[in-house]
Amino acid sequence: MILSDLTPGNSCTITNLHAENRLGQRLLDLGIFPGVSIKVLRNAPLEDPMEVEIDGMLLSLRHEEAKYVEVKIR
Amino acid sequence: MTTKSRLAALAGQPNCGKSTVFNMLTGAHQHVANYPGVTVEKKSGHFSVAGVRVDLVDLPGTYSLTSYSLEERVARDFLLDEKPDVCVNVADVSTLRRSLSLTLQIMEMDLPVVLALNMMDKARKEGVEIDLRILEERLGIRVVPLAAAKGEGKGELMEAIQEQVSIHRHPRQVDYGPLESKIHVLEDWMRDQGTTSSLPLRWLRIKLLEGDAFALEHARGKIAQGEKLADMALRLGKEFEQEHGESVSRHLATCRYALADEIVSSCQKHSFSSRGLTNKIDAVVCHKLLGPVILVGVIFLLYQLSIVQGYNLTNYTWPILAKFKELCGLALPAAGFVDDPMVRALGLWVVDSVNALLNYIPIFLILFTLIAILEDSGYMPRMAFILDRLLQRFGLHGQATLPLVLGGVYVGGCAVPAVMSTKAVPDHRARLATILIIPMLNCLAKVPLYILLIGAYFAQHQALAMFFISTISLLMALPVAKLLTLTVLKKQESAPFIMEMPDYHLPTIGGVLRPALQKVWLFVKKITSIVAAVAVIVFALLRFPGIGAEAMREIEARGDHAQNDFLQIVDTSPLQGRFQLEEIPDLLEFEAAYKQAKIRATSDQDAVLVDKRFSERNAAYLAMVKGQPAEEYGKVSRGLRSLLRERKLIRMEIQKARIDSSFLGRIGQAMEPVTQWAGFTWRINVALLSALAAKENTVATLGSLYQQDADASGSDLSASMKETESGFTSLHALALMLFMVLYPPCLATLITIKLQSGSWGYMLLSLGGQITLGIGVAVLVFTGGSLLDLTGLEAMIAFYCLAVALTVAAAMIPNPPLEPDPGHS
Repeated sequence: MILSDLTPGNSCTITNLHAENRLGQRLLDLGIFPGVSIKVLRNAPLEDPMEVEIDGMLLSLRHEEAKYVEVKIR
Repeated sequence: MTTKSRLAALAGQPNCGKSTVFNMLTGAHQHVANYPGVTVEKKSGHFSVAGVRVDLVDLPGTYSLTSYSLEERVARDFLLDEKPDVCVNVADVSTLRRSLSLTLQIMEMDLPVVLALNMMDKARKEGVEIDLRILEERLGIRVVPLAAAKGEGKGELMEAIQEQVSIHRHPRQVDYGPLESKIHVLEDWMRDQGTTSSLPLRWLRIKLLEGDAFALEHARGKIAQGEKLADMALRLGKEFEQEHGESVSRHLATCRYALADEIVSSCQKHSFSSRGLTNKIDAVVCHKLLGPVILVGVIFLLYQLSIVQGYNLTNYTWPILAKFKELCGLALPAAGFVDDPMVRALGLWVVDSVNALLNYIPIFLILFTLIAILEDSGYMPRMAFILDRLLQRFGLHGQATLPLVLGGVYVGGCAVPAVMSTKAVPDHRARLATILIIPMLNCLAKVPLYILLIGAYFAQHQALAMFFISTISLLMALPVAKLLTLTVLKKQESAPFIMEMPDYHLPTIGGVLRPALQKVWLFVKKITSIVAAVAVIVFALLRFPGIGAEAMREIEARGDHAQNDFLQIVDTSPLQGRFQLEEIPDLLEFEAAYKQAKIRATSDQDAVLVDKRFSERNAAYLAMVKGQPAEEYGKVSRGLRSLLRERKLIRMEIQKARIDSSFLGRIGQAMEPVTQWAGFTWRINVALLSALAAKENTVATLGSLYQQDADASGSDLSASMKETESGFTSLHALALMLFMVLYPPCLATLITIKLQSGSWGYMLLSLGGQITLGIGVAVLVFTGGSLLDLTGLEAMIAFYCLAVALTVAAAMIPNPPLEPDPGHS
């Protein structure tokens, strides 16, 4: 399953990352690595982007970008 | 101890408190400029430690040092080219794992590194212990604990910097596991071939394997047999990818992260509690309903405090500028009766142009302070979070919210601070699109013309027309943003949206005032000087080739006649024979000064004092000006007033004749064949052209072109406009207003666009694009409206529907992809 499908309140573990280059690098830079757990906090008032918590940090990313993050619900 | 100064670079990830550390170290010794050739801001400063001067350069905040973004390339190039004596890496201790990834990358560049572990106070408060000795040992570099916001650790950090430049430690190398063998292949080959490079070798090999564009280019251009080296590295990289099922860059990042993770686990006891408070605030601030309400509230407050209150403040600052102009007027050659010496006219013109800009300083000061508060507090990314989806549809970015608000999304902004604030937009393509549409929004200076035209031609539907003009600008700007994104800007670098939502902070006074003052100073220094220079050019265009000698003689004769008439009247008074023609300029100056002084006098007592002062200066003049005693001087006073009226009239005629025959006037006439389709006569063309210096001028120029009696008020201007242009209808007015919405950016904005986009090309695009679009829209409305026999109101509604349809259509078209990608080949 992919991160963009998750609804607020769900926690999951990252299993894979399907983006390379610019986007892939940025996701890695912000600590999105396989094995790390991630929690969806909320969606923006217009549904997109979403806010997540990872490794004690809050990140905001578009669903378009979250599509590339494969996750497993814990 | 040498007296040679040392160079230190300050690196760190966004939100790590890097600028606080920078301020702590350098204090007031700061200088803001740009990195050469790019628009990235370069802050530098210096401090002394143990008798050595250290020059500190603040690198852009980056998560990594790849070739993907401008900021990262700038930081990387600085570290490689300038080879600083030491690199100070600031890291937020609460995100240590992620921060160390950057530290390890900097260490790979073979530079002495000091890790400045910031926000230690937060760690203390949460009971998180960091064993600094273990951290130093594992990394092999000096680590200094800091709480920069409280000024803790300053001395120790300075000492560490000074010590690091003399002691070279052995920093830890990341073990890249299976990739190491490939690195060795390259190393062996280079040794065998006897080739080397000016870059750190291990770093170069790793980057080559990664397929980094910069490293490949360097190899191919600057290394003997580099072509072969590059090809071999690319082949090895591909091999690795096939063998291990992941790209080299992913592998590198994973190895660094794993090492960082291991180091953090070994030196850190307890972990930071998750962002409880920030999350709780976000639950409100980013709430589905409350979020937008708070956003509108913040925007409203920002607008109220800066634009409205700032404008009120200019009531107090304007007199200072007026005084400045007065002083300049005294220093310049005196005014003539009908015409002023060129030097005077030019001098006052330049002072006026510069004053028009300096007048905005109070607004800018409040605005930049509020922006700094928004940035410092952590609210900015939340604004982006709330509106990103909407803006993204037009190729913009959530972070464009603030620039659009400042530019005047509804009505009454200012493009200069708006363009300056686009710096916060991390996506280069979206940033350029934002810069280019900001001047299409309704800045304060456009409003007087709207009010004039709406008052004259849409008097029955004022509210509706005002709503139309306030919202139509955004409805035109958004489709244009999309169009630019799909065409001109298609090849520009875009960036992923993903961003950190930093913790909320209480802004500090230093953290707010310093950047605000720096920005205002930058504005004064850069923009004002360029505007003064360009004002001279516009002056020349409006003045030359000038009125023919014949016509000028005629006008002068009229002036002489008026003066002689006045003298005859004076001769009927007690001053007979004691007042000469040569004294008239003195008298006129006396009259102007007296009038000014009277206006300034706030009480009856003041007024008496003024009379006394002027009576001492010249009792006879005062008697003539005041017309007292009436039986002796009443006639003279009336004569003086009619002389002044005549002078004003003549001067306006000169100005009108001069503009008509000027280069700008000729351009206006030459443009009439085109602009007639938009309903503009050449007179309107000239008014619009002369407003290039500042839009505030439009109404004034229309005034001098249409209005013969200068004492008339604004409503009479509409009347005399209606009279002179008898065929002028509400459809004409609508076309003119729409042209004004799209009116070319003012000088200050153009210069700001040049500064923020880093290119004259975008400045010219902004200028040319808006003129073309403006004329296009005006022609469409006027010619289309005429053909369909629409009234101004009908055409307004039709055009509004068209704009809404275009906006919706633009929102539906998908954006171009994130690439092009200079990072990897």
